[in-house]
Amino acid sequence: MLENRARLKDRPGGIEYQNLFNRVQIEGPLHPGPPLAAGSEPRSFRPAFSWLLGVIGSNQVGPFYLGKLGIASLICGFIAFEIIGLNMFASVGWDPVQFVRQLFWLGLQPPAPSWGLRIPPLNQGGWWLMAGFFLTAAILLWWVRVYRRARALGMGTHVAWAFASAIWLYLVDGFLRPLLMGSWSEGVPFGIFPHLDWTASISIRYGNLYYNPFHMLSIVFLYGSTLLFAMHGGTILATSRYWAEREVELAVDRGTAVERGALFWRWVMGFNATFESIHRWALWFAILCTLTGGIGILLTGTVVDNWYLWGVKHGFAPQYPRVYAPITDPGYLRGSVAQP
Amino acid sequence: MSMLNYEPKYRVRGGTLVGGDLFDFWAGPFYVGFFGVTTIFFTLIGVSLILWAASLGPTWNVWRISIAPPDLKYGLALAPLREGGLWQLITVCAVGAFVSWDLRMIEIARKLGMGLHTPIAFACAITAYVTLEVIRPVLMGAWGNAFPYGIISHLDWVSNIGYQYLQFHYNPAHMIAVTFFFTTTFILAMHGGVILSSLNPPAGEEVKEGAHEDAFFRDLIAYSIGPLGIHRLGWFCAMNAGLWSALCILLSGPFWTRGWPEWWSWWLNLPFWK
Repeated sequence: MLENRARLKDRPGGIEYQNLFNRVQIEGPLHPGPPLAAGSEPRSFRPAFSWLLGVIGSNQVGPFYLGKLGIASLICGFIAFEIIGLNMFASVGWDPVQFVRQLFWLGLQPPAPSWGLRIPPLNQGGWWLMAGFFLTAAILLWWVRVYRRARALGMGTHVAWAFASAIWLYLVDGFLRPLLMGSWSEGVPFGIFPHLDWTASISIRYGNLYYNPFHMLSIVFLYGSTLLFAMHGGTILATSRYWAEREVELAVDRGTAVERGALFWRWVMGFNATFESIHRWALWFAILCTLTGGIGILLTGTVVDNWYLWGVKHGFAPQYPRVYAPITDPGYLRGSVAQP
Repeated sequence: MSMLNYEPKYRVRGGTLVGGDLFDFWAGPFYVGFFGVTTIFFTLIGVSLILWAASLGPTWNVWRISIAPPDLKYGLALAPLREGGLWQLITVCAVGAFVSWDLRMIEIARKLGMGLHTPIAFACAITAYVTLEVIRPVLMGAWGNAFPYGIISHLDWVSNIGYQYLQFHYNPAHMIAVTFFFTTTFILAMHGGVILSSLNPPAGEEVKEGAHEDAFFRDLIAYSIGPLGIHRLGWFCAMNAGLWSALCILLSGPFWTRGWPEWWSWWLNLPFWK
């Protein structure tokens, strides 16, 4: 019901309302950052201005906290990057032109199935294990760093726990599932097209991942996260005339930006989040994307051998007529896959 | 009732695109407006048609209900109701409802003195849907190229269309679309996380604000895009996820009919290193 007899005087919607770029950039004193907790090292690099970044976001770059963990993580990441890159380079006979030409096709493959969980010579998958080890070390060190940077500023550790969910999926794909399957060969190769080939082949081998309910959930949270950011980012930009981007201040002391943003969704779909709760929706959708994805991959081949047949058994997938005669897995003929 | 305590002062007349004051009212928390009426119209008809079409099928198992588009032999013609005609009517209702909803969002945004960022973003999602169900089938000359309405059956469609092009992951627009989906989710986690970590500090700490959010990401990765910029980036990446998805399927069929891995041969065959 309309209780208010007032009428909207100005018809809004002009370009003044469409916040797309920063029209003014302030080049005041650069912020060195709030003091860090006791025991921290000093920050590295003097902050600087960037006009280009300032068009869409903050125009200040840096400072940066390096620290011992940061150095250790970057060194491990560099070693992994070099192992992968040099193996690719070696695979084209150290020809720089072919390296660039074939870069997307080049890869560092895990050991062959016959090696199981043993450690093979370097050029038969050993490099893959070593690259995986250093990459994992870099990621885990970086996780500790994310946790400690938040604590040094007296903040909660939410970002670190979201990162942990992504690490879970990474570890399942490259380490935990190969361990349960008893073979490093199940791991993901490094390389652009090689890792896409792995993705396609694990789906085909285990009866189409689309029938995996955890894969379904993971996709729902991936698309859901994208939907949420479109809604949330759009709402904040659309109410930025009213200072909506100062989200923490407005979460503890509501202003007209909050009221307009809330009423927008209330009038559109009958429900609205708050300035705090929208970020809980956001964090959980993003966390659940990789959390459910990791569960889905961990079950593939270990607990469920064919997701389509599993779906038929549980009544959610239809039984399609058998069009082709049964074919033998070429792996059986080669002897690389055990007979069922 | 159903109004927030600060709501009455925002409920004013005006800002409508169509219909003047005629539909300018609320029902419970919902704003109605001309496009609310058309949304309800298309939704009621569309949902009824879905239920009718489902009742003609072999199952009420919600996973396996499927309402298929017409057979390829009907081309772009109207098909008998039981042979895809219902799918065609449902698609008309769906497009009508989605577009009505988007226009209603514009009216609400105008009423609240807001920018049009959310209706523009939703338009990208509608574009992806229309590309899949209308534009691509029209370009390929048959409604039968659209996907069926059903939970498992639409997944089967995605799977089958993917394998028609051998390895769909090699589709460059698909690569970009997936990258945008992953990036959006990644930065959503970072943004949601940093706001919650400012609002929920450890016991004994005060609530933190923008300066700490910036400092956290500067300490971590040398750059913080800032409280306004992150919403631009998220909005931009989310819209691009939808638009590049639309492009990747639009290319497949109307503009490229072979396996996607083969597409990349232009790169391998560039004259200076062939």
